[in-house]
Amino acid sequence: MSIAESVRIAFQGVLSNRLRSLLTMLGITIGVAAVIILVAVGNGSAVAVQQRIESLGTNVVSIQPGGFGFGRGSGGFQSSFTQLTTKDVKALQDPTGAPDIKSVTPVASGSVTATFGAASYSPSQFIGTTPSYAEARKSPVEAGTFITPQEESQHARVVVLGTTVVSNLFGSADPLGQTIKLNGIGFTVIGVQAPKGTNGIQDQDDIAIAPLTTTQDLITGVTTGLSQIIVEAKSSHQVNAAEAEATSILTPNHSSNGSANFRVLNQASLLQTTASTNHVFTVLLAAVAAISLLVGGIGVMNIMLVTVTERTREIGIRKAIGARRADILGQFLTEAVLLSVLGGLLGVAAGLIGSRFKIVGVQPVVQTYSVVLALSVGIAVGLFFGIYPANRAASLRPIEALRYE
Amino acid sequence: MSRPRRRWMLALRGVSKSYGSGDIAVHALRDVDLGVERGDFVAIMGASGSGKSTLMNLIGCLDTPTSGRYLLDGIDVGQLDDFQLAYVRNRKIGFVFQSYNLIPRTSALRNVELPLIYARVPKHERRQRALDAIKAVGLTDRMEHLPSELSGGQQQRAAIGRAIITEPAIVLADEPTGNLDTVSSQEVLQIFSRLNVAGRTIVMITHEAEIAEYAKRIVHLVDGRIASDRRTTALNAMPPKFEPGDVSRSASA
Repeated sequence: MSIAESVRIAFQGVLSNRLRSLLTMLGITIGVAAVIILVAVGNGSAVAVQQRIESLGTNVVSIQPGGFGFGRGSGGFQSSFTQLTTKDVKALQDPTGAPDIKSVTPVASGSVTATFGAASYSPSQFIGTTPSYAEARKSPVEAGTFITPQEESQHARVVVLGTTVVSNLFGSADPLGQTIKLNGIGFTVIGVQAPKGTNGIQDQDDIAIAPLTTTQDLITGVTTGLSQIIVEAKSSHQVNAAEAEATSILTPNHSSNGSANFRVLNQASLLQTTASTNHVFTVLLAAVAAISLLVGGIGVMNIMLVTVTERTREIGIRKAIGARRADILGQFLTEAVLLSVLGGLLGVAAGLIGSRFKIVGVQPVVQTYSVVLALSVGIAVGLFFGIYPANRAASLRPIEALRYE
Repeated sequence: MSRPRRRWMLALRGVSKSYGSGDIAVHALRDVDLGVERGDFVAIMGASGSGKSTLMNLIGCLDTPTSGRYLLDGIDVGQLDDFQLAYVRNRKIGFVFQSYNLIPRTSALRNVELPLIYARVPKHERRQRALDAIKAVGLTDRMEHLPSELSGGQQQRAAIGRAIITEPAIVLADEPTGNLDTVSSQEVLQIFSRLNVAGRTIVMITHEAEIAEYAKRIVHLVDGRIASDRRTTALNAMPPKFEPGDVSRSASA
């Protein structure tokens, strides 16, 4: 029997019990759609992490006061607490001790309440820093300028705002050149930072940035240490070397009982760890989805067994008029595969549609391989689980099959 | 008058069939010898339990004898494997069942065409032959209908169309009128008579004497043995109750 005839007869079989066929297909559909969507979610979150790494700047290391954890000898004790100062910044900037470091950016944090006219808003981050911050943190301005070296050295009362702060204080008005009050002190808005979105923990646009000098004068005070020092390596390959140099420069001045009182965060590698965790997560999700595909396949087998039993008499008739074993086998196998192909195609459609929506905050990114894999595994499952029922049909003895009521 | 050498379309030689073994063995057929010549119209009669269904299954190559030989159109069926038996059923035998046994949800034409699909006949030729066969049983105007939309007589005529489409060595009919009313029975038997006139060999199993009267030869089966074998009409003659006429006239009845 030709393939076209087999498919035609199989279609007739599928259509003869539409609801049942549809429900059977649903098993495969859900399996295929689940594989596609879950892989897309896993991949989507990996892509998001990747973007975060890029937005942080891949070449930077952040140094913060305090040790790891909360145990003895670390930052948990007041006595061992240390302050990072501009002296440390100068030491790190010395190219002889730190040849792999491109720039060193001190950051002081404080909290301020900003007012403009009647509007009042407290940005979640207020920092004082130097001009190199913009490049190290990949925070260019969208409008206006960033803090210039002159403004830094002249203790200028200027501020760069994030878009969240701008919209809270100014609405849709142009903030450039306006004077806002930070804790009652007038600052001129010189720039608006380009939107960066969330880093997963906080809104990176909810920020106000002023020169470090001005900040220490007016907001935090000179005696309070820096909240962090951002060290930028000359290239992404030199990040680890820069990290080691920074550690060796800072350790003599900032240690007690032989352990460092500061911590060095290589955020890029931290996020890379997250990315690999994400990969494991994706594989797990795909495995769970694959199980549902398997369950769908068992559904196909179940229905095919019922179909074979129901159509025992038909099988007998076909054998009596000359159908060979292979003809019957082909007919039922084609029907099982047809169910899974149709189910699989529906699943691909459902998966692609489902992946257009955000799922638990992640925008899924469909992987072509997952579509191809899910569909072909779906079809293979139908084929595999179709073999037993089809074989059973083909092995029926014609007289017994004809006698079946 | 010199008789030509007999040409057996079908020859059973010492055929026995038993089910089970030892003391509980059931001997459905005991040492049956039966020859059917080309162009004959044979009725096999017998009460239920006489072994006529078993005989039908053996002749139809649905089952194989426990002992003895069965030659169908010169082929020793006992030597064949499953694959070859399927081929023989397809090419040499045309089945007509009591309960029609059309494939449900499949048009009359498709049902008639089905044996040719299994015979791997190309589509164009297949369709033409199916149209011819459906015309021969007078069902042309109903050929696109599903079995569920046809009367019993029409279904049985479609089944006969299916049986003759491969131009088999014998048409094997098992109680073909068993489920039909008198008028439909007449039609079906006239179709058989017509096919026989056209040269087709027919073996019909029945338990009704008046149905058997349509045949040229009547074989009685009792307890798995042939009790009598009576020729009522010469092999070369017309079937006894044949009424010449156009079958398609009665088709719409």
